[in-house]
Amino acid sequence: MGVETAAAASLQEVINWARKNSVWPVTFGLACCALEMMVASSSTYDIARFGSEVFRPSPRQADLMIVAGTVTRKMAPMLKRIYEQMPEPKWVIAYGSCACCGGIFQTYNVVQGVDQIIPVDVYVPGCPPRPEGLLKGIITLQEKIAAEPAGQRNLVSLPWGNNG
Amino acid sequence: MDSCMAGDLLKETFPEAVRDIEEFRRETSITVDAGKIREVMTFLKENEKLCYDLLLDLAGVDFDDRSPRFMIAYLLHSTKFNNKLRIKTTVAEGASLDTVSDIWLAANWMEREVYDLFGIIFNNHPNLTRILLPEDFVGYPLRKDFPVKGADFDQPLQVCLEEER
Repeated sequence: MGVETAAAASLQEVINWARKNSVWPVTFGLACCALEMMVASSSTYDIARFGSEVFRPSPRQADLMIVAGTVTRKMAPMLKRIYEQMPEPKWVIAYGSCACCGGIFQTYNVVQGVDQIIPVDVYVPGCPPRPEGLLKGIITLQEKIAAEPAGQRNLVSLPWGNNG
Repeated sequence: MDSCMAGDLLKETFPEAVRDIEEFRRETSITVDAGKIREVMTFLKENEKLCYDLLLDLAGVDFDDRSPRFMIAYLLHSTKFNNKLRIKTTVAEGASLDTVSDIWLAANWMEREVYDLFGIIFNNHPNLTRILLPEDFVGYPLRKDFPVKGADFDQPLQVCLEEER
């Protein structure tokens, strides 16, 4: 292993470490699962222990989209737009049965799984999942981020598209 | 004035438009001719003995074994006399009905909802477009012959944003 490769690998490790400990979710809830998501930031569950307490009101400042609830077909374009507005690097947790696969709503007006619209990193099943489920999902996501190899994502991403 | 009074007054004023008056548990339902719906509704709202000034709800019903197929139910409330009245009218498939959205502004969105889910056309409605379903949706889901799951609920969904088109 050359010196440069080793340096890039350890730089990647440092960056992964920084990214995984400050995964900021976008303030975004669709249905009842969003209530469980809100509870996860209360003092009892304290999502801040995992560095994810900063729910950003703007997708431009967020790293994580927690799709909490039923995605209707009418909501699908808005959801996709919010995802596209988030800068890289970005991750998605499908929180709850509806976001994972449509849940009990096998009907014409519900998207059968948010992964049809945007890529999903972690699925948290349940109807709704308990806040611990979300915490487990975030820990799983952190493990996934920590294991990201060099070259999978750009080290620096600039909002105007000139990625370093 | 109680709601029985409305039936008597309506029968007096529009003898040919009132089809049926039924009373069930002190609720009065009056079935009227669809062609006269605007005259009847204007009368019910503006007659000072009745004064049904509030449209609580406007709903469609699909009786797919009956002819005419659809029923529209108007739930009226009089804030002056504190009583309620149900007006029903029937619409055949493919036929249309006059709007009451200029009599009660509340009817605007309710009629759009009925149009959205049953496909019943309201004449002279200011903006008769889909209100709940996506604009490109095909079909009228509350009709009895519409499959509960829809035709393509399990097919992959393509979402194309405006700027991607």
